[in-house]
Amino acid sequence: MHTYVYRLNVLLTEAITLLALMCAIASLSDKLNVASPSADIQVLHINWFHKQRNGNDEVSLTMNVSADLKSTFTWNTKQVFVFLAAEYETEKNYLNQISLWDAIIPSKEQAKFSYHTINKYRFTDQGNSLRGKKYNLTLHWHVMPKTGKMFSDRIVTTGHSLPEEYI
Amino acid sequence: MDRQGQKLSEQLMQIMLLAFAVGAFATGYVIGSFQMMMLIYAGGVVLVTLITVPNWPFYNCHPLNWLDPSEAEKHPKPQVQQRTSSSSKKKSSKK
Repeated sequence: MHTYVYRLNVLLTEAITLLALMCAIASLSDKLNVASPSADIQVLHINWFHKQRNGNDEVSLTMNVSADLKSTFTWNTKQVFVFLAAEYETEKNYLNQISLWDAIIPSKEQAKFSYHTINKYRFTDQGNSLRGKKYNLTLHWHVMPKTGKMFSDRIVTTGHSLPEEYI
Repeated sequence: MDRQGQKLSEQLMQIMLLAFAVGAFATGYVIGSFQMMMLIYAGGVVLVTLITVPNWPFYNCHPLNWLDPSEAEKHPKPQVQQRTSSSSKKKSSKK
């Protein structure tokens, strides 16, 4: 500690170590938060349902996605990434998951939302087994922190099914 | 800085940094603002730098007593002994 360079070195090292500790404890404090989110997804209309030229089925939906994710936000949350996935079973695959829509919620105030939208990404199948198919619409969300571990969770809504014939 | 001053500087540095870290975290957690925690901590680090790094006068209250030159002359440094005995032994073995 005999020169100012040495003292500056020690100070910066200790300051950065304490900063790392603070960030680790901040991330641990996220576990104390108990979230109680809710979601409701309605399929309002089937816009089209046909077979593409390459033989795969494609369907376009108009949906109303509404959710309240305010309780998932903590002091250590930067944003919440939310996406809607359709899940169904075919002969070829035990589980097919396809992302239809996503959004970034940057703050707690915008976490209670209701979007009336068509699917942002194409709902296509590997093959043509979508006629009359029962599927789940699942809302997934990832809580992205400012520092530390990211948590994710989801809500499943069942009971949706596609028409028997192409539209 | 003298020895006591260095010790004081190190203690002040460690205690103040720890206090600012705990205080910043507690304030940020209670308010719910991550940015406030970072700002308080950054301000604290700057403050601690200003207090402990420069060579302030209050760190020189117990200066070291260097000997005067006249006092030093009374106690001369011991001379290093010439190693003549070992070198002569080596010469004899080579012959």
